[in-house]
Amino acid sequence: MTIATPAGAARDGHTDRSGPDTPPPRLPGPDRSDRTDRTDRTGPPALRRAARATVPYWLIAPFFVLFIAFGLFPMLYTAWISLTDRDMLRPGAEKFVGLRNYTDLLSDDFFWNAAGNTFLLMAMSSVPQLVLALVLAHTLNARLRGRTLFRMGVLLPNITSIVAVTIVFSQIFGRQFGLISWALDTVGLDPINWQAGEWTSKIAIAAMVIWRWTGYNALIYLAAMQAIPREHFEAAAMDGAGTWRQLWHITLPALRPTIAFTALVSIIGQIQLFTEPLLFDTSPGSVSGGNSRQFQTLALLLYEESFRLHNFGYGSAIAWLMFLVTVVFAAGAYVVTRKSSRLTRGSR
Amino acid sequence: MTSSRIRGTGDRSGPLRYPLLLVVVFLSAFPVYWTFMIPSRTNDAVGQLPPPFLPGGHFLSNAARVFDTVNFGKALMNSFIVAGTITLCTLLFCSLAGFAFAKMRFRGRNALLLIVIATMMVPIQLGIIPLYIQMQELGWGNRLISVVLPTAVTAFGVVFMRQNVLQAVPDELLEAGRMDGCGTLRLYWHVALPALRPGLAVLGLLTFMQAWNDFMWPLIVLNSENPTVQVALSTLASGHYRDNTLVLAGTALGTLPVLVIFALFGRQIIGGIMEGAVKG
Repeated sequence: MTIATPAGAARDGHTDRSGPDTPPPRLPGPDRSDRTDRTDRTGPPALRRAARATVPYWLIAPFFVLFIAFGLFPMLYTAWISLTDRDMLRPGAEKFVGLRNYTDLLSDDFFWNAAGNTFLLMAMSSVPQLVLALVLAHTLNARLRGRTLFRMGVLLPNITSIVAVTIVFSQIFGRQFGLISWALDTVGLDPINWQAGEWTSKIAIAAMVIWRWTGYNALIYLAAMQAIPREHFEAAAMDGAGTWRQLWHITLPALRPTIAFTALVSIIGQIQLFTEPLLFDTSPGSVSGGNSRQFQTLALLLYEESFRLHNFGYGSAIAWLMFLVTVVFAAGAYVVTRKSSRLTRGSR
Repeated sequence: MTSSRIRGTGDRSGPLRYPLLLVVVFLSAFPVYWTFMIPSRTNDAVGQLPPPFLPGGHFLSNAARVFDTVNFGKALMNSFIVAGTITLCTLLFCSLAGFAFAKMRFRGRNALLLIVIATMMVPIQLGIIPLYIQMQELGWGNRLISVVLPTAVTAFGVVFMRQNVLQAVPDELLEAGRMDGCGTLRLYWHVALPALRPGLAVLGLLTFMQAWNDFMWPLIVLNSENPTVQVALSTLASGHYRDNTLVLAGTALGTLPVLVIFALFGRQIIGGIMEGAVKG
């Protein structure tokens, strides 16, 4: 048994490490020793100190340089281009047109069609996806045999590329030899030309999004569920609440910030929905999202205007409007999270 | 105590749990199975009702047709180069920045960290038009560097690595290194990086898979002579008639690398996603 007090032990530790000549014990943290360490290098101390003070900025510089060059600058430049009439094929010939691209957009039927499709698809894929993910996470939140295998099975769709998902789902939803048409046929229903219909095409695309993202969101919810103290569930169980009532009364309120976060991420993703409507189209090389544009999204219209019709100005106006919509949704999610965190704090 | 833990939240709802999960796993796995089953058959067999459900022996011949139809060898190599370079850059830049944010004190640190987090909400895809112009003007049109640079570092990676440094690199260890006369960079290299290996592995896997699957920007900036796998697949899929066994053979080949990674490191990938969720 030792009789050393904690304080004595600490003092011992310091003498061990620093020896008799070093200054009094330092606080942990390299930043502090940065300023006091004088054991290495040559040259005037002030210069050395100044050089060292810039080190952290050099370490974070790559992120900021790349973000400014390939993120921020293009975003702002998009706003400028959207005020010009600029043709991809005639660089340097742009001219300032003020808000004309925007006013043209607002009276463009294709734009409103694409906006409507984008928001419909957003609702049709986000809501089922997040509800299913919650149920799935609740089902996974138990002492399971083969836990890792189940989680891997659930995440599998998310690691495949959207291109691959769209290709294989287009096959499964194929009119003539698709699996679903065959299944409908065996129960005596007519096969469906999924691509052609206003609604059926959207259902098929929403199915692709739901398939790819439900498991991923379930794992996010599962992580949040496992952070809820077990005692809450035990108390509820003792009061006779079954598993689904526990989900409703304990899990859901605790998960509100996580749900807001996943909803926001999902919405931002949906605003930019591009690959599915591009590749679901059966006509070769088409970027119109179906023969009557029944599933053309904003991102696809942006692609069509900019890189097929070469209207960079018009395309930039679409991009900027999409950005504004994103900001509105992000602000909304922020308000919801703030409100809910205030609620939970109040109830404690 | 122990007995109440074992009863826990879930086990009492027993009978439905496993069947439900099995159905979900089946639905998750089926399209992937289909991606590999279809190209193992001939177009004649696939074009029948009911469609075949079990694999046949034609996968290799269909796969060979993929290489004859599009520049798939080059696409595979390009995708490996692009995804590999992006992964290495991300690991280096994000661990450096994460190290600085976690362990160094400097003016404006908190504000800069907030900016990093805020950039996660900015959909940079919306800057593609100027980005395209930029790359043309730099003379990088149709070159892989124009795919690599915009995604060579991510805000998610910086935040993820900062969390990892906070958890895995104890101050005492850095202090001891300092005493031995290590400068910041040597501390990063010899003290922090070894402790960060598991976190780096997870971030590397997630980054590689994301880069491998990226589509919109490579489609815009590369042409079909110099494609990535996803761009080559889209070329295949928008051919003039749909040759299903051909298109899905390409899809299967393009999915294989991420499937292998997932099979080997699935546990770590899941851990990384769930860890990121709790902190984010």
